[in-house]
Amino acid sequence: MPAATARRQSRTKIHDKIQELSWNPTFATPVDKYPTDYTFEKAPKKDPMKQVLRSYFPMEEEKDQRVFGAMDGAVRGNMFRNVQQRWMEWQKLFLSIIPFPEISAARAMPLAINAVPNPEVHNGLAVQMIDEVRHSTIQMNLKRLYMNHYIDPAGFDITEKAFSNCYAGTIGRQFGEGFITGDAITAADIYLTIVAETAFTNTLFVAMPSEAAANGDYLLPTVFHSVQSDESRHISNGYSIILMALADERNRELLARDLRYAWWNNHAVVDAAIGTFIEYGTKDRRKDRESYAEAWRRWIYDDYYRSYLMPLEKYGLEVPHDLVEEAWNRIWNKGYIHEVAQFFATGWPVNYWRIDGMTDEDFEWFEYKYPGWYDKYGKWWENYSRLKHPNGHGPIAFEDVNYQYPHRCWTCMVPCLIREDMVVDKVDDQWRTYCSETCRWTDKVAFRPEFKGRATPSMGRLTGKREWETLYHNWDLADIQKDLGYVRDDGKTLTPQPHMDLDDPKKLWTLDDCKGYPFPSPNITLNEMSDQERDEFATQYKAGGPAGRFAGRP
Amino acid sequence: MADTLSPAQTPTQTPTGRVRSVPKLVFTDAEAGALEFPSSNSRSFNYFKPQRLRATMYEDVTVDVQPDPARYLTQDWVYGFAKGRGGYPTEWTAAKSSDWHWFRDPNQEWEQTIYKNNARLVRQVEQNIANARNEGAFERWSPAWSRTVAWHVGAWMHPEHGLGMHVFVPAQRDAPTNMINNAISVNSMHKLRIAQDLALFNLEASEARSDFDGRAHLEAWNDDPVWQPVRENTEKLTAIRDWLEAVVAANLAFEPLVGELFRAGFVMATAAANGDFVTPTIMGVAESDLERDLSYTKDLVGGLTHDEEHGRQNIQLFGEWLSRWIPESLNAARSLAPVFSEPEHSPVTFEDTLARARERVREILGELEIPTPKELDQ
Repeated sequence: MPAATARRQSRTKIHDKIQELSWNPTFATPVDKYPTDYTFEKAPKKDPMKQVLRSYFPMEEEKDQRVFGAMDGAVRGNMFRNVQQRWMEWQKLFLSIIPFPEISAARAMPLAINAVPNPEVHNGLAVQMIDEVRHSTIQMNLKRLYMNHYIDPAGFDITEKAFSNCYAGTIGRQFGEGFITGDAITAADIYLTIVAETAFTNTLFVAMPSEAAANGDYLLPTVFHSVQSDESRHISNGYSIILMALADERNRELLARDLRYAWWNNHAVVDAAIGTFIEYGTKDRRKDRESYAEAWRRWIYDDYYRSYLMPLEKYGLEVPHDLVEEAWNRIWNKGYIHEVAQFFATGWPVNYWRIDGMTDEDFEWFEYKYPGWYDKYGKWWENYSRLKHPNGHGPIAFEDVNYQYPHRCWTCMVPCLIREDMVVDKVDDQWRTYCSETCRWTDKVAFRPEFKGRATPSMGRLTGKREWETLYHNWDLADIQKDLGYVRDDGKTLTPQPHMDLDDPKKLWTLDDCKGYPFPSPNITLNEMSDQERDEFATQYKAGGPAGRFAGRP
Repeated sequence: MADTLSPAQTPTQTPTGRVRSVPKLVFTDAEAGALEFPSSNSRSFNYFKPQRLRATMYEDVTVDVQPDPARYLTQDWVYGFAKGRGGYPTEWTAAKSSDWHWFRDPNQEWEQTIYKNNARLVRQVEQNIANARNEGAFERWSPAWSRTVAWHVGAWMHPEHGLGMHVFVPAQRDAPTNMINNAISVNSMHKLRIAQDLALFNLEASEARSDFDGRAHLEAWNDDPVWQPVRENTEKLTAIRDWLEAVVAANLAFEPLVGELFRAGFVMATAAANGDFVTPTIMGVAESDLERDLSYTKDLVGGLTHDEEHGRQNIQLFGEWLSRWIPESLNAARSLAPVFSEPEHSPVTFEDTLARARERVREILGELEIPTPKELDQ
């Protein structure tokens, strides 16, 4: 008998057959664990994916083999002789954050399955669940390889702990927690799939890997393009659910609310991080390479906003045009990425990676891509380089370089860096600062049990100790660093450093260099002020900038 | 260290004379061992204690990826539910642990194992079906056995799907650690995969035999009194809020008493005598899945029963859960008794098979040192 071969069955028949698996329960219904205020009673049936596990598992196995083959090749071919340290150091932050959003996306799938009554889409969501387990573990494995083969493993070695206790980790953590908590559709569909996956994975998983390759690291593109090849299916999941939601007019107000929140939060968080990695983590200063702003305009403004989001208007979706334009305005005119990168570099003593200074060549590139950059940021980066080695002075945050340490945004937790946009409001009996009016609205209006006069009992809450500095109010800097565990194995040298110079121990900052610098919490300080002091402070703060300058000091 | 050359400082002229704007390779010497400095040899994740002396790949890529305020998450969860804490509250199960992070999946499931294992199994199933089709095996089934496959084996795709989609997928959202949730998510894929395999096998049979009613399974599952207690048991499992109770009820009560009883006790034991060599191989794959799923369930439950602080309380809790769920599953199992008499050749009896299933539960609970609930003998 000849060897038997698998016969290809009709895709339509297979799909129809798999639809027979579900049934309408009559004895008991699945527990309503994760509530939503959305309704899907009038929802049409839609399953764009038609994924069958029989073909799915071998397909993913093949993709894995390619990834692991490349990893072997990179090690054997000594890839790390060619990677730029400036780039790899930022991976200590990025790769500590990203496995959590991935695994959170897996955990988010039952929220969507429970909320959407149509079994036709459940299959695709369940497949997405295991995709996300794949992504999380493959990214952890990439980081493990970096730790084993890159010159400086410090920071990689404490990765998940550092992600949990660093202020930057908290900013990134929204990108995962937002998927799994609160109203099931707000979290698992609008925030996760419609905005995070459909819009921002383009810069995360396509633009950033391209920059990695330019810095000698071809493993990041290998892993993340493999991840991205699953994302198109996830985008289809989200699309089918939003179409179902739009079919019921009662959902439209909630959709408008959630799209405003999700768009703005993703912009604030993802553009802050990925924009910094791409613009300040690269050594590739070819003038014709795409800047983050250019990539954003192409991937997010044109491909997502104009080609994906706007066509949904005809189905009744209220697209937040004003917020899309304002996000672009922040990136292009208000220096959002540059302000964030400067803030990360200011905060180097409480990070767990090293941050390279900018050189004349970098200045030239920034000036070419972002005209006027040098006048705003050049001097501060020159000071950063001047102060990069310990020499009797403090870290740059504690020296007079005309930089006012910023207040945190209570909502997105990125600081209020565009000074004129800061909003101060008393919410839940506490004075809070917000980076923008939209972030104030998110906290005070959107994440509440009532919205525009209707009950929204399923909507989530903003919780936690949202201002990181509160945890260490007026602690000595060296004690904070010890408490965080960001100290190397000699017990005194810091994990973070404001330079790439590992060749001379004298150039490396230690705990001793950081003693005697109290670190106050801006929010506690704000709440200790009288009303008049607070008003004066806010006026002064808003008059400051760019580049964190104090008001009235050029 | 001197600043290294950037790509822009390197030539762009190619040997062919073309000038292209491409980043050029730069020698940076950024590989491990190039310099010695504090922590230059710190090449292991040092924030968790491995189960053995050295962390496994599985531990490295799994432990602490889901953070926990009880460990390093100093700012706590930054989103909450309308009526409760966000993240992964330990209150989502009545079981208690002095440290949930102790658990490690004995199957060490991570990306590579998940896809290698499942891809191997789908190939095995596909190859077996292709062999059967090429050999004309479907046509040789007797009409009576063909009806058994269409009606009863067909009906079995539903509990597999129901457990996968509405018990294990939701449960993997809820456990307090990544190690537990990942193990449950793999369990859910086992169930969904075998459900689809059974559905597509049903399609294959209906294409091979003109008398094979490919939709009979729907009537069996929805209306046949033989299957209603199984459906009731399945649906009730989907209604459990406590993630661990759902896993325990599914894997320690339903699976041995109903799942194994039907898949191995009936189909695998009976099919060959009726000229069917292919259906048992599919059920055999489901059985091998169960071994893996039981393995993590036993380690998880066993760890909790041996918890120094909460062990006794957990044993009592699991006993209460099993006292509730074993009667449901015994009732479902008994309803399947008529199925054992339908084939022309029945080498096993229902009572013997049920006795073996009961013994299996007794063995598992014995291993876990959980007293066997009296309901098992009723």
